[in-house]
Amino acid sequence: MPKTRVGVFVCHCGNNIGGVVRVPDVVEYARTLPNVTYAEDNLYTCSEEGLSSIKDQIAKEGLNRIVVASCTPRTHEPLFKKACEEAGLNKYLFEFVNIREHCSWVHMHDPAMATQKAKELVRMGVAKAVHLEPQEEFESDVFPAALVIGGGVAGMSAALALANQGIQVHLVEREQELGGLIRGVQTLFPTEQDTDELLRPLAERVKAHPQISVFLGSEVESVSGFIGDFDVSVRTDGEVEGLRVGTIVVATGAEELKPVGLYRYGELPNVVTQLEFEEQFKSGGDVPRSVAIINCVGARIPQRTYCGRFCCATAIKNAIWMMERDPEARVYVLHRDVMAYGVEIEEFYQRAMELGVRFLRYDVESPPEVLGEDRAKAVKVQHQLMGKEVTLPVDMVVLTTPLVARDDNGKLSKMLKVPLGSEGFFLEAHLKLRPIEFSTDGVYVCGAARYPSNIPESVSQAYAAAAKASIPIREGLVRVEAITAVCDERTCSACGNCVEACPFGAVELQQGRFGRTAYVNTALCKGCGCCVAACPSGAMQQRGFSDRQVLSMIGALAEEMTVGVE
Amino acid sequence: MVSSSGSLGNGFEPKILVFACNWCSYAGADLAGVSRLQMPANCRVIRVMCSARVRPEFVVKALSKGLDGVLVLGCHPGDCHYSEGNYFTRRRGLLLRKLLQYVGIEPERFQVRWVSASEGVKFAETVEQVTEQIKALGPKRPRSEVLPTEPGDS
Repeated sequence: MPKTRVGVFVCHCGNNIGGVVRVPDVVEYARTLPNVTYAEDNLYTCSEEGLSSIKDQIAKEGLNRIVVASCTPRTHEPLFKKACEEAGLNKYLFEFVNIREHCSWVHMHDPAMATQKAKELVRMGVAKAVHLEPQEEFESDVFPAALVIGGGVAGMSAALALANQGIQVHLVEREQELGGLIRGVQTLFPTEQDTDELLRPLAERVKAHPQISVFLGSEVESVSGFIGDFDVSVRTDGEVEGLRVGTIVVATGAEELKPVGLYRYGELPNVVTQLEFEEQFKSGGDVPRSVAIINCVGARIPQRTYCGRFCCATAIKNAIWMMERDPEARVYVLHRDVMAYGVEIEEFYQRAMELGVRFLRYDVESPPEVLGEDRAKAVKVQHQLMGKEVTLPVDMVVLTTPLVARDDNGKLSKMLKVPLGSEGFFLEAHLKLRPIEFSTDGVYVCGAARYPSNIPESVSQAYAAAAKASIPIREGLVRVEAITAVCDERTCSACGNCVEACPFGAVELQQGRFGRTAYVNTALCKGCGCCVAACPSGAMQQRGFSDRQVLSMIGALAEEMTVGVE
Repeated sequence: MVSSSGSLGNGFEPKILVFACNWCSYAGADLAGVSRLQMPANCRVIRVMCSARVRPEFVVKALSKGLDGVLVLGCHPGDCHYSEGNYFTRRRGLLLRKLLQYVGIEPERFQVRWVSASEGVKFAETVEQVTEQIKALGPKRPRSEVLPTEPGDS
């Protein structure tokens, strides 16, 4: 057996790590660790140069364990593992040490401590790496169908993008009609085209597509399985149908905040939300002559800190619509800031001002007040530019509220085992690097289910999610990470603790070479390690997280750990 | 006597081992990092796929080898990526604290908390709180000092 030769690559991450942690010191320290035969620093280990260096040194130095100390394994681990594989080293002989999220970014004002901690983490990583073993990945087939949950613009776009590649798609929509939230919207900014012009052809194409089966008035009731082989139950009018799919796209959208209790909404009949305004007036009702639109209602406040992103554009769109119908109309937009991002919306904002829409800035500390007994008659507001209080007579008040997460996102997130963010929207794997994926393989997200997004954004995200969701299906098989449990039949006493601990029914007692022992079905094992911790004899182990590996990290830490200046 | 808090305990900086589950708490730690939330440097994180992977032996070994505390972080109950792993963690945790007490280690040196992927702030706060709590306990004491003497004991 060849001698263990560990190579350590410490990343500066530009200034992200190197600006705090003294990387050359960490490299020097790594060279002193047992079994480390090579160490270097890289400006960016994830760059082409850094990756080539890993590959070169595997060949040149005969490295048989690689430790990279850089960022979080949740983003770059596959990249480094691939580099190892390309250099002929089994990728399970790679260990990741995070000295960015755990050192430089969170101890920015204490470079000495951050450096010390980085050294200890590298020491732990090396200690584990020594005990790593090569692994073979388990391959499983991918069932060639996809599930899209939600039949709004995002869901329909994703379904079409998948189906046009020849993939069978099941599209599940809760309502009796396709279209989602914007069915209630009359016109779309900034083109001001009728929503129907966009929605109707889209829905027709979806319904007519031979590769798409549409479930209306239906909800996903349960999901089990994993990438490549999900079992999904869909309930329609009390009937449950089972579907088998390889990947899943979440496109469940969001809903408009109903601002009960704010600006006398719910109390006065002529205080409405933007969506209610569209439903009432744009479909033919008489438009009032004097309207105050109040923006940022229920948004950018301590209880709901986010910006609704396109609510300003919605307000501008409806203000323009009113001015164009009646140039004599008085339309006020009371705002905190106008977020008219991008070229088109900025131009749209300019046009609104040219048409005579009056934009008044209010202060969140002294918000506008809606006056009137049984109807809103006026709005009193502290005019920020004039520095005085003004009272605007109005026939109607329109409240611009943000989209909020659907109440039952929690239910779906539990079913799919994907997380929600603090505002209740679905949380992607990485904001910048994996924006439409979840950490859970085979599940993707697009549209307003993720955060408020307008139509063009929802469509682009849908295409991206569909592209991602089609990859495993087109490849036909997925490799399951080799972090599964394995039983040493020689030490197993067949107590059965593992059988009970396994949440997936992957462990069974079977008659084998050494009598009756536990046996792990790798196809079913998800690699949680529940059974391993439950095993009293240490017979059950987890690949990549064995007792020996973890204990060696603990030992390495206990020997060396220093905190604070002695 | 070892000071439990305040001025006399000022020099003591505990060494704490943290186990964080890959899906929730480790992601929460990532978020804390991305958000540049500054926190005490007493903790060292080992990533495990599920908090339920933490064999009680790991905790006992860590404490007996000289670390001052162990913190296990997992997904909130009901949110476990593996459906029910964190329920094992919770039950094992309760039992393990009793065991620690029995062998003369303050049970507070071992803690289980829930941190989700979106709770960067909670991760940083938890690290801070647990560091403070273990700092207040002071360095590990001989078994005889920790074990309560019961009436009738000689």
